[in-house]
Formats: sequence, C-alpha cells, structure tokens
Amino acid sequence: MTLSAYTTNEIMTIAAARLLKNGAVCFVGIGLPSTAANLARLTHAPDIVLIYESGPIGAKPSILPLSIGDGNLAETADTVVSTPEIFRYWLQGGRVDVGFLGAAQIDRFANINTTVIGDYKKPGTRLPGAGGAPEIVSCAGQVVLVLKQSARGFVKKLDFVTSVGHLDGGDARGRLNLPGKGPVAVVTDLCLMEPDPATKELTVTQLHPGISAEQIRKATEWEIRFAPELKETPVPTKTELEILRDLERRTRLAHGNLTAA
Amino acid sequence: MAEITTLREAIAGLVRDGDVVAMEGFTHLIPFAAGHEVLRQQRRNLTLVRMTPDVIYDQLIGAGCANKLIFSWGGNPGVGSLHRLRDAVEHDWPAPLQIQEHGHGDLANAYVAGASNLPFAVLRAYAGSDLPKHNDKIKFIQCPFTGESLAAVPAIRPDVAVIHAQKSDRKGNILLWGILGVQKEAVLAAKRAIVTVEEIVDELQAWPNACILPHWTVSAVCRVPGGGFPSYAHGYYERDNRFYQAWDAIARDRDTFQKWIKAHILDTDNFEEFRQVLAESVSQET
Repeated sequence: MTLSAYTTNEIMTIAAARLLKNGAVCFVGIGLPSTAANLARLTHAPDIVLIYESGPIGAKPSILPLSIGDGNLAETADTVVSTPEIFRYWLQGGRVDVGFLGAAQIDRFANINTTVIGDYKKPGTRLPGAGGAPEIVSCAGQVVLVLKQSARGFVKKLDFVTSVGHLDGGDARGRLNLPGKGPVAVVTDLCLMEPDPATKELTVTQLHPGISAEQIRKATEWEIRFAPELKETPVPTKTELEILRDLERRTRLAHGNLTAA
Repeated sequence: MAEITTLREAIAGLVRDGDVVAMEGFTHLIPFAAGHEVLRQQRRNLTLVRMTPDVIYDQLIGAGCANKLIFSWGGNPGVGSLHRLRDAVEHDWPAPLQIQEHGHGDLANAYVAGASNLPFAVLRAYAGSDLPKHNDKIKFIQCPFTGESLAAVPAIRPDVAVIHAQKSDRKGNILLWGILGVQKEAVLAAKRAIVTVEEIVDELQAWPNACILPHWTVSAVCRVPGGGFPSYAHGYYERDNRFYQAWDAIARDRDTFQKWIKAHILDTDNFEEFRQVLAESVSQET
C-alpha cells in the first residue's frame, strides 16, 4: 500500500482505534472519537463496551451517530438509562475504563478548552461549552483525546480550562485527588503524543508515516518535545481501511450526506 | 392533576413572563411544538434551563424571549454553532443574555436534587477547571465523613417543565421510552409541567418498570403529533438532520432569522400550520 492510499483523517481515526483494548468500557464523545471507537469495535475489539452520555450502554450502531442521542444508539444498546444515571452510577461510579474525547483546544498538559476563545465576559469566539467532559476527565480511568493538529488548536496557554488534563504537570492530578489518571494519549492527524511519565508534558512518541518533526512543530504553538526514540505508526491495513470506509459510506447514505461534526 | 387541553391553552395558562422554564429532551423528544408556542405567545424575560439548548432555545433566544440561560453544552448537534445563542452572548443581540454554565453531569445531578427536594447536588468534578471561577453557583464542599473535597451545585427547581413524550392515556399518565435524558427529573423538580404527546391512547400497555409519569405529576397534556420535530420520537419518526443543517444558514444572519421566525412561527396559528408552511418553503428551495 502506498502512502497516498489513505487520508490523514483516516490514519488519525485508525491510530486512535488501535489504542482501545477489546473489552474496555469506553465513554465516547461524538464525532471523531465515536468513529474511532466504532472502528475498534468492528475490527480488533468486538467486545468493547461503548457508552454515550445520552444513556445508551453497550451501543453497537450500524451507522455513526450524527448527534449524541441518535435513535440507533438506543436501538443497538444493551440497555438505555437516564442521563443522571449515566453520570452518577456508571461514570462517577468508576465503571468507565477510557474516556474517549475530542476538543477544540488543548495545551501542553492536555488541559482542554471547549468554552471560549478570548475573554469569558467579552468572548472573541464562543464555543459550545463543557458537555460531559469535566466529569469524564475527572472520573474515567484514563482519557484519550482525538483532534486534528494545528497551532490554533495546540496552544501555549488556554484562554479557558474547561476540563482538566494534567493541570500544571507533575503530580497535580494526585494533589487534587482526581479519581482517574487523566489523559494518557493524544492522537492527531500527524502523530501520537503521550504525557512524559514524570512531568506529564505531552511528548511526541510516534509519527504517522511520511510526517516530519518540522510539520508537527509548525502545527503546535508551544515548543513541542519529541521522545528520543520515535516510533512510526504502522500503515493502515487493508481491512482497517475497508471497514472504516464502509462505515462512513453507510453513515453518509443514512444521514443524507451529512457528516458528523 | 393532568388536564388534557390544547397546547395554546396550556402555554397561556402555565408559562408566565419571568418564569424559570426547563424544556428537556436529550436530542430525542425535544418539545419543539411547545417551544414554538411560547415564542408565538411572546413570553419575555424567561430563564431558560436545558442541558443542550439546541435549536429550540436558539429560536427562543433569537426571538428575545429569554434574559438568562442555564446550560451545559450549547452547540447545534452534528452541525456546529447555535448562531442566535452566540450572537446574544457575543453581541447582546437581540438583548443581553446572562449565562450560567455547567457540565452535563452537574446539571443532571442538579435536576435530581430538585426532584429530591434537596437544596443542592454533590458530584466529583471541576477540580482544576475554570468553570467555578466564572459560575458562582459551582462551589466546593468538604465531605463531613471522609473530609474529601466535592463539587456542589444548587438544585434546579423550574417554575415549569416542558417535555414531549410518545404517549399518554386518557387520564394523562405519560409514557416515554428510548433515550430518556432528564425529563422525569425535570418534571418532578418543577412546580408545573406541560407534556405534549404523539398520541393519546386508551391503554398505555407498558411494562411495570417503564418510564411513566403518573397523571397527577403533570399539569397539562396536549396531543401534538410530530411535536418533537425536527428532533425525533422513537418509534414514530426520525431526526430531521437536514433541518438541523438548514438551521445553520437560517440562524447565521439576523434578518434571515427574523423573517423565518415571522413566517413560520409568529404568522402561523399552531404547529400543524408551521409544518405546512415549512414544507412549502422547503419545496420552493428545491
């Protein structure tokens, strides 16, 4: 397979899907994380349990949901519970292994802004807000973030910390007594980043094929660190690509060519 | 005790200027027909509560019905921004909108506290987040037993809750299924409740543990088939994703929005007529 045989979006989704272990209980955000989690379910992780914040537990959607509460999620779930129950018993109760989320902006410690660009009271750009993320980043066993990399999205300083990653690094989460480990990986269209074990600063550990360190530097506002021994993301397999494309094709047909945002 | 009545009468009698109103439904069963009727009757100075304001509150905010919004995620699901909400927050148009912002788990817990007649809810969240710095309704308390720090938020006690459900029987017992959101909690937390339903039947034929709101917990039941459109009603119709996408262009521009609201809501008598006018305007475009 040649490098041009897949898109940057596809390798991001596939690299994210590979991080999910079979049998993991996964609290899934809509959009890219949902695509990747369902790809994992349809490839190497058939027993993964997908929980959506609208209430479905064990959802097995045949098409990707466009919104967080699509009927297909409820129809294919093992059970559907109320929204308070999802957050109280299942997430806060400690039953979620992985929170799988997107974000508008993150910083070097994988803190997340989904609230506002600019001043809170005089916003430059008002973003949708927190959703379930503040509770997910606190309570999920660990968190994986999936988002496209750009200097506007990977910033030196967040205008607003909506949901915490590793705060100012080190053992900051431990000091705040947060139940979950926080972000363990950030998957982008260029690379995979993981927090440094001691400082918790995001460090590039794996490059997607054909991506240079320079491209990653340009798409990161802070001075990004690289692991001494960089791995390369294995090229998507034929099966991964076929299943992903088939899922997206079914989704486009079902939603009338709308794409999940 | 539920009165089976028209939506116009229910809104006229039960939703007042200045009320705290919670119209709930998590993507599913969003009470659009009732939202339109509030807009049509031009209520003012409402405090709107909803986890996901969605297009239903974008319409009410853009039409100047609200001066405060309590919410946890304010986007157009699957599409992008709610432009009327953004215009109100970013540019005070058509009027300043005070916002009180939470997370989903927080608001869900706050409804539970309201339904449970407790003054506040407790949860594990917000340590390290900037939200408590900008929302003085999020505080931290110490557990009296373990000493650990927990977030606390005040209970939500709406003056009126508004929901859409699949069915009621002739006494007004309400049955809903599928994605349940926080509708039960919103109704039980509220002083008054209005429920629109797809149909009114002789027998609900529900399982013993189905989600049922007994008739004596709601004030008014109104039969409005399709009343959740453009959201969906499980077992009845699917979400109209094209409408949600079309809303982006309608709401992006103030004039376009105002003309749309006038033609589709203010100048129509009820939801049925709205659907007719909408079908005509959609067929003209294609």
